[in-house]
Amino acid sequence: MKILVGYKRVVDYNVRIQVKPDGSGVVTDGVKLSANPFDDIALEEALRLREKGVAEEVIVVGIGPADLTAHLRNGLAMGANRAIHVVTGDAVQPLTAARVFLKLIEKEQPGLVILGKQAIDDDANQTGQMLAALWDRPQATFASKVEIADGKATVTREVDAGLEVIEAELPAVITTDLRLNEPRFIKLPDIMKAKSKPIDTIELGSLGVEANDQLKTTHYAAPAKRSKGVMVKDAAELVAALRQKGLL
Amino acid sequence: MSKILVIAEHLGGKLNSSTARAVSAAIAVKGEAIDVLVLADSADAIAAEAAKIDGVSRVLTVARAENAHPLAAVLAPQIAKAAAGYSHVFVPSTTFGKDVAPRVAALLGVAQVSDVMSVEAAHTFKRPIYAGNAIITVEADATHTVVATIRSASWPAATTGVNSAPVEALTVDAALPTHTRFVELKQGSSDRPDLQSASKVVSGGRGVGSKENFDIIFKFADKIGAGVGASRAAVDAGYVPSDLQVGQTGKIIAPELYMAIGISGAIQHLTGIKDAGTIVAINKDGEAPIFEVADFGLVGDLFKIIPELEAALN
Ligand SMILES: Cc1cc2nc3c(=O)[nH]c(=O)nc-3n(C[C@H](O)[C@H](O)[C@H](O)COP(=O)(O)OP(=O)(O)OC[C@H]3O[C@@H](n4cnc5c(N)ncnc54)[C@H](O)[C@@H]3O)c2cc1C
Ligand SMILES: Cc1cc2nc3c(=O)[nH]c(=O)nc-3n(C[C@H](O)[C@H](O)[C@H](O)COP(=O)(O)OP(=O)(O)OC[C@H]3O[C@@H](n4cnc5c(N)ncnc54)[C@H](O)[C@@H]3O)c2cc1C
Repeated sequence: MKILVGYKRVVDYNVRIQVKPDGSGVVTDGVKLSANPFDDIALEEALRLREKGVAEEVIVVGIGPADLTAHLRNGLAMGANRAIHVVTGDAVQPLTAARVFLKLIEKEQPGLVILGKQAIDDDANQTGQMLAALWDRPQATFASKVEIADGKATVTREVDAGLEVIEAELPAVITTDLRLNEPRFIKLPDIMKAKSKPIDTIELGSLGVEANDQLKTTHYAAPAKRSKGVMVKDAAELVAALRQKGLL
Repeated sequence: MSKILVIAEHLGGKLNSSTARAVSAAIAVKGEAIDVLVLADSADAIAAEAAKIDGVSRVLTVARAENAHPLAAVLAPQIAKAAAGYSHVFVPSTTFGKDVAPRVAALLGVAQVSDVMSVEAAHTFKRPIYAGNAIITVEADATHTVVATIRSASWPAATTGVNSAPVEALTVDAALPTHTRFVELKQGSSDRPDLQSASKVVSGGRGVGSKENFDIIFKFADKIGAGVGASRAAVDAGYVPSDLQVGQTGKIIAPELYMAIGISGAIQHLTGIKDAGTIVAINKDGEAPIFEVADFGLVGDLFKIIPELEAALN
């Protein structure tokens, strides 16, 4: 089977995001961009399934501007067989991203789609669930363990109450949590090899997806800052301070 | 005028407090009605709890065997049907709500507003992005139903006591899939206060050093009646189970007292505790970023300080 993997480029998780003084956005000029950490995990899981013989082909998908190629090459260097680049200059909201994935599914007929549980820029945590709804297939979100056998996925999910195990018939959508695996590092020879791997480029407009983005962001603000407090000298002083505030 | 449908979250026949928090957000919309929808295998006890929440107009129940476990693929078609006639569908932004709400939004063909922190107007909301490093104001299209998840830590639970809303059984005509099946829920059994609703939380990080050492965190938490949390590093290292993780990708909490012990204070961790009342940091490194946000900081070795705290409490 084929596995389709969402591979989104985001501002690196180490960057301390600054809001522009006029509230029109966040400063993204010159900041380091990387793969969404959850998508590296998604790709790693797909590669492991291919190495186990469960899948034959792993395809990474990126939706974004023309300069996404270098990012997609990283996914190929990590081990994906090929990449699909859906080109758009606009920021794509999750429902539109899900509609794009659905179009690619119709074309590629994957047995499994693995996305990140959230992208760490917009933190929406929506795309996989929306895709599963539009596709009318199972979803297994926040996965920390995936087993594929007999045409179904048995997935352990990290939920607030603990760990939930569900069974999903394939094809299905899985979204990754942090503890699913530790992504491999890219080695130099792999970067060379990736240069000859194919990247299909498709204009978003040509897919027949209506990008009726219904949400408008009207203002960006920095979060309220917590003011720096006081240092206490020892345990007794700490207990006294907390007692005085009625906290102990 | 706005009519809001709040989806109840429950477990083991009990209503989760995240539901009353979502009702608070619904009250802020200042609409004409707030109905709570309970989907369960047996809904009566849960509905009775929901009916007491002040501000609730009606409680609607859909009791079906298929609703015994919260499978998004099974619940979403029912919620989408029940949403007809409502201007807003609010769901708690817990793993339950994050799983099911986008599936509902997609079935309705509408966008979702995730993690609503404040309601500015009926269709205008504030929500965090970039791990809470920026707060955006989002306007939803007023001609569509608004599906939103409600960031629990930003909202107090609506009060209970005065209200006794009518409970009505609802029949929804939705075909339910069988392609997704519940197998089991492995719950960490604990008598400690629940992390998400505890008024005090003690968290340990990598500095605690091992699973065995974590006992001193548990013991100290028990002594002051606190829930227990952890950093991702502590969870990844296997000191504690994943449901204790606090942060961007774990639980977002707002206790009155949060004590971070052996935690450096990475932005992804701080995202989870921004709304805490008082933050205490105990760390041997005086330069640790956690001290930037702590109301009270104490530099030193946690293995020496915790026994001293216990002694000072006696
Ligand atoms: C500077 C900036 C400004 C923005 N302004 C706006 C705005 O004004 N309005 C607005 O609504 N949004 C805005 N966004 C958000 C952006 O459009 C988000 O990418 C979009 O909303 C999708 O949300 P998400 O990626 O958080 O979805 P999630 O549901 O969190 O993503 C989950 C997973 O879906 C997959 N996926 C999602 N998108 C892609 C993609 N493009 N390529 C490949 N895989 C993908 C990935 O596997 C990802 O891990 C802005 C983003 C930035 C960086
Ligand atoms: C996409 C993404 C999502 C993430 N989500 C989360 C999340 O949800 N939650 C989260 O917590 N992290 C998250 N992280 C990880 C985060 O970046 C940090 O790596 C993590 O929070 C560090 O945990 P820590 O503070 O326990 O460990 P460290 O950073 O290693 O800090 C340990 C601290 O313990 C102190 N210490 C050591 N020994 C002692 C002692 N004897 N006494 C006192 N102090 C001592 C040290 O001085 C140090 O400050 C995420 C990262 C990524 C990339």
